[in-house]
Amino acid sequence: MESLTGWGRTAPTLARVERPTTVEEATLAVLAAGPRGAVARGLARSYGDAAQNAGGRVLDMTGLSRILDIDLPAGTVTAEAGVSLHQLMKVLLPLGWFVPVTPGTRYVTLGGAIGSDIHGKNHHVSGSFSRHVSSFDLLTADGSVRTVTRESDSDLFHATVGGMGLTGVVTTATVRLLPVRTSLMSVDTERAADLDELLARLTTTDHRYRYSVAWIDLLAKGGSMGRAVLTRGDHAEPGQLSPAQRRDPLAFRPATLPAAPRLLPGGLLRPVTVGLFNELWYRRAPRERRGEIQKISTFFHPLDGVPEWNRVYGRNGFLQYQFVIGLDQERTLRRIVERISRSQCPSFLAVLKRFGQGDPGWLSFPAEGWTLALDIPTGMPGLGGLLNELDDEVAGAGGRVYLAKDSRLRPESLAGMYPRLDDFRRLRAELDPAGLFTSDLARRLRL
Amino acid sequence: MKNALGDHQSLLVLGGSSEIARSTARLMVGRRTRTVHLAGRPSPELDASAAELRALGAEVTVLDFDAADVDSHAAVLGKAFTEGDIDVVLLAFGVLGDQAEDERDPVAAARVAQVNYVGAVSASLVCTQQLRGQGHGALVVLSSVAGERARRSNYIYGSSKAGLDVFAQGLGDSLRGSGVQVLVVRPGFVHTRMTAGLKPAPLATTPDAVAAAVLDGLGRNAHTVWAPGALRFVMSGLRHLPRPVFRRLPI
Ligand SMILES: Cc1cc2nc3c(=O)[nH]c(=O)nc-3n(C[C@H](O)[C@H](O)[C@H](O)COP(=O)(O)OP(=O)(O)OC[C@H]3O[C@@H](n4cnc5c(N)ncnc54)[C@H](O)[C@@H]3O)c2cc1C
Repeated sequence: MESLTGWGRTAPTLARVERPTTVEEATLAVLAAGPRGAVARGLARSYGDAAQNAGGRVLDMTGLSRILDIDLPAGTVTAEAGVSLHQLMKVLLPLGWFVPVTPGTRYVTLGGAIGSDIHGKNHHVSGSFSRHVSSFDLLTADGSVRTVTRESDSDLFHATVGGMGLTGVVTTATVRLLPVRTSLMSVDTERAADLDELLARLTTTDHRYRYSVAWIDLLAKGGSMGRAVLTRGDHAEPGQLSPAQRRDPLAFRPATLPAAPRLLPGGLLRPVTVGLFNELWYRRAPRERRGEIQKISTFFHPLDGVPEWNRVYGRNGFLQYQFVIGLDQERTLRRIVERISRSQCPSFLAVLKRFGQGDPGWLSFPAEGWTLALDIPTGMPGLGGLLNELDDEVAGAGGRVYLAKDSRLRPESLAGMYPRLDDFRRLRAELDPAGLFTSDLARRLRL
Repeated sequence: MKNALGDHQSLLVLGGSSEIARSTARLMVGRRTRTVHLAGRPSPELDASAAELRALGAEVTVLDFDAADVDSHAAVLGKAFTEGDIDVVLLAFGVLGDQAEDERDPVAAARVAQVNYVGAVSASLVCTQQLRGQGHGALVVLSSVAGERARRSNYIYGSSKAGLDVFAQGLGDSLRGSGVQVLVVRPGFVHTRMTAGLKPAPLATTPDAVAAAVLDGLGRNAHTVWAPGALRFVMSGLRHLPRPVFRRLPI
């Protein structure tokens, strides 16, 4: 038995971890699961308890990490579910292909990307990960493996993408790739002095960029509440590179720094220190800079440069709160930002993004609108009450919180946020009547 | 399941009409706990306790449980676990007895030991086996400062709590690495029905204060809490007093 947590390092529970390296081993592990069931786990980058299963089995899928086929003319890759996006980038970039959607870390697996139906900075252009998945193989509770496409098995497809591993174990998947001519990014950076300016800029100019995100200072108050730095960009064209860069335009060399120290003094995570940091960070950003050439790792995955940065939050761990509400809900968004800013929540750099059209996954998170994500140490006084209030605001505005980041939502808030929850439950009851696939998240939220 | 903020969703109370248990349950339901199983001997207090928690929004089931009837424990308590995981088990039953009476009536004295110690041993083991299978959860055992040192005035009760306390410490150690926490709670004099009419000792406390200490201990993943906290130091002084001196203290 091993003690497991998610990325936020909260609420550990014990499970028997299986490490299959073949589909046969995975099948045997599922069939032998016993009354506490089983769930798949990738690189455990979900913040909460989605990839934990107290008292039961957890299938660590990272041993199933072979790339099975790259169809260059078609621009697709077929790989085992435990392959990481990092591995895929290493292999695919030199060939002139990029993953269609990447989250803020490359260290997620293909299975985890499907299980959470992840989104990236290109959501307004490309939608979520599932939009680019043409098929996957799913190991179900009866021990059989089915090939699922949205055409052949629409319900199962849409229950599985974003389904948090609760319909079965994805063993392999085929994904359509994005052609790129360089492994570098051309990035525009600008500052927005307050929330109104930020929303206006994102609304009027986001469509010019494939990738867009805003880092927002949630500790700033008064006139500068919601001040932010926008970073938006595109894959660079060879013509934009320096002669040195042009020699090897598709090189992929992410930088790594030493790991974060094990425990930082808790005193650092106070509004004053965090506020100071945010201030420096805001001032450091250029008022406006165009066409800066950055590495993929710098633009998409700045935090991956510091291995185990989650330890910075100390023993009590932390959580991430991410929600989405409709574009017409700007007033609610403003109220929420105000509420967070007033609470002086010690959050380093929160992220605001404008989502495009959502995809039809039943528990898929993204929907057209504004999404805000912020990290918060769990030791913050009054945090539970604050987040419950925010949940109510979000649900009241027809929005939802992201299950891959959740570690504390009340089960009664769920149905209002995910209108297809009943369909999801019905399909699971049919496909897996004994409830073999389950997780701490599923138990906590009664999924 | 416990969430990232340490809030619990389900609670099983053994000794559901105990006032400390009631306070603790009320406090937990006020936060996040929605499922409560109240185990105890059928009584108006037990029903009142259930009604009170239902009014606060909890789903409550009442289980007919007799601490002294150890043969029934596995069946009765096992049932609570079949409906879903239990995050916290609160072992709160116990009888104070009547020291003077019990000294005259050995059968009555044995009954105090039977409920407070023997029943608790069996019930704790039944519950922790289940918690171990779940891979998470906590057992909270209500011990007492009375178990810290034999006192002329209540050594029968005190010795039963002493046995329970040592048992629970060992149980906690045996469960290290299992995902299960055992929290021993040592309240001092608590104003309750059980102590009504008795002369309050110094540092007397209330069920609500003990409940707060329980939740604090759970949150810190502690193995022991004293209520009030100052008792820890008082008792560590008293524990080492020579017997002749201790005997003469007015306690
Ligand atoms: C720094 C950081 C930045 C992030 N940024 C973003 C972001 O920008 N956008 C975004 O969408 N998310 C983001 N995330 C969240 C992350 O993308 C998701 O949690 C993702 O699911 C993690 O993948 P994983 O392989 O680590 O999966 P895990 O965390 O191990 O598992 C996640 C879920 O997927 C299921 N799962 C895993 N493998 C399989 C499989 N083979 N078959 C079926 N189900 C499976 C699990 O059961 C679980 O429910 C971020 C996380 C971090 C730590």
